[in-house]
Amino acid sequence: MKIAVQDAPFDLGAEADAFARGHRDMGAIVTFTGVVRGDGGLATMEIEHYPGMTEKAITAIAEEARDRWSLGDVLVIHRHGRLAPGDLIMMVATAAPHRKDAFEAAEFLMDYLKSRAPFWKKELGPDGASWVAAKDEDEDALRRW
Amino acid sequence: MDVLYFAWVRERIGIPKETVPSDAATVRDLVEELKAREDRYEAAFADLSALRVALDQELSDFDAPLAGVREVAFFPPMTGG
Repeated sequence: MKIAVQDAPFDLGAEADAFARGHRDMGAIVTFTGVVRGDGGLATMEIEHYPGMTEKAITAIAEEARDRWSLGDVLVIHRHGRLAPGDLIMMVATAAPHRKDAFEAAEFLMDYLKSRAPFWKKELGPDGASWVAAKDEDEDALRRW
Repeated sequence: MDVLYFAWVRERIGIPKETVPSDAATVRDLVEELKAREDRYEAAFADLSALRVALDQELSDFDAPLAGVREVAFFPPMTGG
């Protein structure tokens, strides 16, 4: 299991390739990648986090996923700091013997990372800076698990 | 104890972290002590439903006891992913 919280960019291809190799008994690898959208003339996005708690919270979420599904491995990379439209914010990858577990666990990880990992997004656009508000549907998304 | 602020809570209060001498029994009591200090705290803590709290880096709630807690963090609902 690899959990990385970093300000540096990551190489999606290299990370996915490294994750996919070396699992001889895993028939399914799912990856999800989050990208900064340039909606509404967004110029930059700043992501703040809570050093220490962030890593703990993501590890707890990943361990919960491993308890619920049959997974061989989990990868979570989440960036913080200043990002621009088109930049990769984060990725998750799951490895499982069968694809249903890999897909469901990846969705679970994404739903929990969205509202239970201590990150806060601030958008800087033509109208100035504003903190992204959490959405009710993000909280609703947790109830299905 | 150490009190940490993140995102707009940090901006409203004006600092990311401070050490607060307090005998507050619960998080809610600590909030009342902070609000009594200055307007900027009153502004940050005006609506607790818009805030979340973590005790020693674990999500908690405003009625939780503070006995033995070393680090309290206040922040808005998280927006990761």
